[in-house]
Amino acid sequence: MTFSPQLEARFEKLLRSYPPGRQRAALVPMLLYAQDEVGAVTPEVVEEIGRRLGVSTLEIEEVISYYSMLRRTPAGKHHIQICTNISCMLLGAEELWEHACRRLGIGHREVTPDGQFSLEEVECIGACSWAPALLVNYDYHHHMTPEKLDRLIESLRKPQ
Amino acid sequence: MADRVKLQIDGKTVEAPAGALLINVARQAGIDIPAFCYYDGLALQAACRMCLVEVEKAPKLLAACTLPVTDGMVVRTETAQVREARKAMLEFLLTNHPLDCPVCDKGGECELQDAVFRYGAGESRFTEEKLHVPEAQWSPVVYYDAPRCILCYRCVRICDEGLGVRALGVVNRGATTEIAPNRGDHLECDECGMCIDICPVGALTSGIYRYKTRPWEMKHVGTICTHCGDGCKTTLGVYGGQIIRGNNRDRSGINDEFLCIKGRYAFDFVHHPDRLRTPLVRRNGQLVETSWAEALDLVARKFSEVKARGRKFGVIGSNRTTNEENYVLQTFVRQGLGTNNLDHHRTGDVVSLVAALAGRQGALAASADLYQRKAALIVAADLAQQHPLLAFLLRANWRHHQARVYVVTPGPVREDSYAVRSVRAPSGEELAAVESLRDALAAEPELVILFGDSVKGERVRRLVEFGDSLGISVQYVCLLDYSNSRGAADMGVLPDLLPGYAPVEASGAPPGLTLPEMLDAPDLDVLWVIGANPLARRALTSKEAFVVVQDLFLTETAARADVILPAASAYEKTGTVTNTCGEVQRLRKAVEIPGTKSDLEIFGLLARRMGLPFGPWRPEEVWEEIRANVSGYNVPSALLAAGGAFPTFPASGLHSVRPKPELIRSAGDTLFTSGTLGRYCKTLSSVREAPGTLYRS
Ligand code: SF4
Ligand code: SF4
Ligand code: SF4
Ligand code: FES
Ligand code: FES
Repeated sequence: MTFSPQLEARFEKLLRSYPPGRQRAALVPMLLYAQDEVGAVTPEVVEEIGRRLGVSTLEIEEVISYYSMLRRTPAGKHHIQICTNISCMLLGAEELWEHACRRLGIGHREVTPDGQFSLEEVECIGACSWAPALLVNYDYHHHMTPEKLDRLIESLRKPQ
Repeated sequence: MADRVKLQIDGKTVEAPAGALLINVARQAGIDIPAFCYYDGLALQAACRMCLVEVEKAPKLLAACTLPVTDGMVVRTETAQVREARKAMLEFLLTNHPLDCPVCDKGGECELQDAVFRYGAGESRFTEEKLHVPEAQWSPVVYYDAPRCILCYRCVRICDEGLGVRALGVVNRGATTEIAPNRGDHLECDECGMCIDICPVGALTSGIYRYKTRPWEMKHVGTICTHCGDGCKTTLGVYGGQIIRGNNRDRSGINDEFLCIKGRYAFDFVHHPDRLRTPLVRRNGQLVETSWAEALDLVARKFSEVKARGRKFGVIGSNRTTNEENYVLQTFVRQGLGTNNLDHHRTGDVVSLVAALAGRQGALAASADLYQRKAALIVAADLAQQHPLLAFLLRANWRHHQARVYVVTPGPVREDSYAVRSVRAPSGEELAAVESLRDALAAEPELVILFGDSVKGERVRRLVEFGDSLGISVQYVCLLDYSNSRGAADMGVLPDLLPGYAPVEASGAPPGLTLPEMLDAPDLDVLWVIGANPLARRALTSKEAFVVVQDLFLTETAARADVILPAASAYEKTGTVTNTCGEVQRLRKAVEIPGTKSDLEIFGLLARRMGLPFGPWRPEEVWEEIRANVSGYNVPSALLAAGGAFPTFPASGLHSVRPKPELIRSAGDTLFTSGTLGRYCKTLSSVREAPGTLYRS
């Protein structure tokens, strides 16, 4: 399979940053970047990256099944990741989570039928000081409330 | 740091080399520290926390499996705190464990069971429902029951580090972590079963043994694998007169725990429905059943008659019968039939090696040398396929001692992955490639050279000359195919050599016919084949020849026979065999198949009927005769009986050999074939990797 020239350039830089013979160390970032472009870690992605790094399918399986950030099926265009770990939980994350589920009509690791949104309950995202916090793709949103979440969803829904 | 340190374990003062692991030091002092993930010879894991011990001045319990001992260390392995910790670990391991011990294959031999027995954890605080995952079959050999798995990763490491196959991995995490096979829902691997036997619990079980019996109901018989030439000790589990299991968990023998699929599972030919159990004679062109007495009478009469008329015999011996049988056979043929027309399928040119090394001591490598010597050169063999044990030992040598391995083969082999140099050379042209490695090899402190069947005749001598010219200590292994290929040559199942490689001319008689010469002789009167299948590869020219076959099955050769005598296999007799490294070991009888007789017994019965001045023979007496008469075989009988392996080296003066390179040909067996015998091992043909190929790694 082929990737975009931008992604290829990124891979190339990545592979240069490890000492010779240690290229397999690039596995996790490569999978993640490929997922960003392709939408998921598909069997084709596994095969292609495995081939490039000389890593077996089983070894890639080990990594994908271990890291929850790697997905086999595409997430929504806006992947909302709500932290329900301790700090966020104390400040209303569970309520926020339930609200999100009701509002979008989907649950953990599910995607709305139009493919716009997906939800994921995640562990601490390192934003405890601004709890409750969530991520939309790679962007942080702090001090969330159900109302702020509604507004966020509306703004994301608008065609940009 | 001092080389040796003194420490205290449970009040006992113990001395050990600095840096040794506490768990091993304790074990050597007779103090057993329980361990699941730690396994001798494999990379450290420190995952299970069963081996926690109290170390003075350490703030908390430490894992003995990764702790190097230091001077003055004070260790306590069985304090209340330690016991409490182990009990807690066990309680944790049991949270999802099904506790189906009553039907688990491992029950009675399970390390988890033993640990719970020792430390308790009879009560659990977990009231959650246990996670259940259905059992999976990964191959005809390997089954995996995830809930029983305690995630010690021994299986993953033995497959990856030990074999270099890397067929197992670990997927998911936390409570749902599982072991996974390399092809999604199934395995593609060596099917060796190492992972199964090393599993401390019943998570990995074998399709061959599962649900057959309870371990304590079997009789365990340690004998030698009858397949390849490496000579692994396999402990056969016998129940109700049937062999139902093979393993070597007691680590006796040259192979420690190693066995390939053949030694561990390919014993099923013993009970194959096609096994011959009644003598057959040809009447009106048809093979019909008869009694032993009648069949033996017929053979004896025919042999006596042909002998009296001074006509032509041809006798072909076996690569799998015992030394005792081979020794008696050559006596029978030379003294009883009065001919040297005796040969066997030669799978490697050991004769030329013996000649090239005449007069030297210690020039043959023992299997242990493959694990210990600093460098090795493999010439013309796909070791991982053809000599699984030797490949395993060499790989372990590389893993543990960074041995430097060189490869000269016609195609890719598994050893390439860790060899310092791999050179491709067409079959028969390997020596030029070996020459190209001269400087590198001469820089090694010592070397073991293993060579396959294309190095034969004159080339063996040239290879030894090359070895001599390196100026370092060099040892050799002439690779031979089957369990007693070496013994057949050592015992003189050859037309021109007596036992111990003494030339037949010494006895005043000319050399006899070789195997192809016998088959091609138009005037052959009797062809007597013992445990071999020569007609599978070459036709018998003499239409008139009276053919007698001793075998387990109706092979192509047996199908041409006038009399077939159903023989016992190696697992049904006692005696000795000699492996490809020249180590002699003892066979022990595991089962008896009614209707069959050992070849040794058959020789005795024929000798009596022919009125010959020898026989019947008992294996123990023949062994003593071999010790006394065969050069190199004077090894200690008592230690051999106790299960030891002894190097033999024919020291006698074999000055001139008539190289017969055209007679040397390996059968090219893979991990999943074993000559004609392999056809009758259902386990071997059942796996998807069968029949396999050489030089395709
Ligand atoms: S059977 Fe042998 S080769 Fe296959 S997975 Fe188990 S250890 Fe590996
Ligand atoms: S299957 Fe057995 S050897 Fe493998 S990790 Fe599980 S318990 Fe350990
Ligand atoms: S390596 Fe050879 S001797 Fe050992 S188990 Fe396999 S076939 Fe038998
Ligand atoms: S607990 Fe939610 S960001 Fe740390
Ligand atoms: S044996 Fe030490 S942690 Fe497993």
